[in-house]
Amino acid sequence: MDGMSALFIFMLAAFTGYEVIARVPVILHTPLMSGSNFIHGVVLIGGMIVLGQTPPDDAASLAIGFIAVLLGAANAAGGYVVTERMLAMFKSNKGAGEGGR
Amino acid sequence: MSTFIQFVYFLVAVAFIVGLKAMSSPATARRGVQWAGYAMLAAVLVTFYLPGMHNYGLMITAIVIGAAIAWYLGKTVKMTDMPQMVAIYNGMGGGAAAAIAAVEFLRQDAAHHASVGLLAALGAIIGAVAFSGSCVAFAKLQGLLKKTYQVPQQNNVVFFLALFTFGIGLTIGFSSHPGGFELTIFFLLALALGALLTLPIGGADMPVVISLLNAFTGLAVGFEGYVLANPLLIVAGTVVGASGTLLTLLMAKAMNRSIRTVIFAPITGEAQETQG
Repeated sequence: MDGMSALFIFMLAAFTGYEVIARVPVILHTPLMSGSNFIHGVVLIGGMIVLGQTPPDDAASLAIGFIAVLLGAANAAGGYVVTERMLAMFKSNKGAGEGGR
Repeated sequence: MSTFIQFVYFLVAVAFIVGLKAMSSPATARRGVQWAGYAMLAAVLVTFYLPGMHNYGLMITAIVIGAAIAWYLGKTVKMTDMPQMVAIYNGMGGGAAAAIAAVEFLRQDAAHHASVGLLAALGAIIGAVAFSGSCVAFAKLQGLLKKTYQVPQQNNVVFFLALFTFGIGLTIGFSSHPGGFELTIFFLLALALGALLTLPIGGADMPVVISLLNAFTGLAVGFEGYVLANPLLIVAGTVVGASGTLLTLLMAKAMNRSIRTVIFAPITGEAQETQG
C-alpha cells in the first residue's frame, strides 16, 4: 500500500475513533472498553491472512501463524461474549428515559 | 472476487464504526455490539476466499479451539470477574498482533520497504507489551498476584529497556534474514517491558491500565494492518487506538486520577489492593 494514503487513513481513522466516543456516559466506560476490545479482535483476519499465505513446508511460520489465529479467535469470540453480557444488563432500564448520551 | 472481498471489508469497517458509535449510548448499546458481531463474522467468512490461501485445516482448527474456549469462559464467568476477562482477551489480541509481526519477520521472500519494517517492529513491541501487561492485569484482578513489585529506578529502567528493545526491533525490521535468536531476545524483552510497566500498579487503578493496554492493542493491530496492506485492520485498529486513548483519559478523570500518576508514579500499598 502507498505509504502516504495509509498515513491519511491513519489520520482519518484516529479522528473518527475520537469523535465516535467523545460523549460517552460514565456508566458505559467499561462496556465500551470491552466493545472496542472486541473490535480489535479483527486481528483474527490478519492472523488468517498470515497463516494462509505461509508455504505449507515452513514449520516455524506455521506454528506462529497458528498461534496468531488462535489468539485472534479468542480475542474476537471472548470479546463479543463479554461485551454482549455486560450490555444485556442495560436492557431492563432501556425504557427508563435515559435520553441517549 | 478480490474486489468483492475488499468491498465486504469496507462494509465491515463501516459497521464497526457505526457499532462503536451505538455502543456509546445506553439505548442502542446492545444493538451496536450485535452489528459489529455480524460484521466480524462476515469478515472471517470472506477471508477464506482470499486468493492464494492454504492451510485451511490449521486455520479452522485454530479458530474453533480459540473461539470455543473463549466463548465458554466468557459465558460462564461470574459478572464480577468481567474486567479481568476483558484484560485477558485484550492480551490475546496483542499477542496475535505480535505473532503476525513475527511471521512477517521470518518471511524471507522480499526485501521490505523501510516503513513496513518500522511499523512491523513497532506493532510487535506494542502488541507484546499489551500481551504481557494484560496477563499481569488479569493475574492482579483475579487475585493470583496480590503484591505490587517495583525495580529500583523503575522509570529509568523502563525508559532504557523500551529504547533498547526498539533498537533491536529496528535492526530486525530492516534486515532481510533475522535470526531466530535475535527474534527470541526481541520478543522476550518486549514481554518483559509490558510486565515491568504493569507490575507496580495496584488493583484499583487496573481498569484504567486495561483501557490503556486496549488502546495499545488497537494501535498494534493498525500497524500490522499496514504491514499486511489490509485497510480493514488499519481502520479498525486505529479507531480502537484513538477511542481507547480517549476512553482511558475519561476513565482516569472519572476516578480522579491522572494517567501520569497511574503509570509513572504508582502508589504501591495495601490500601489500593482492597478495592481491586
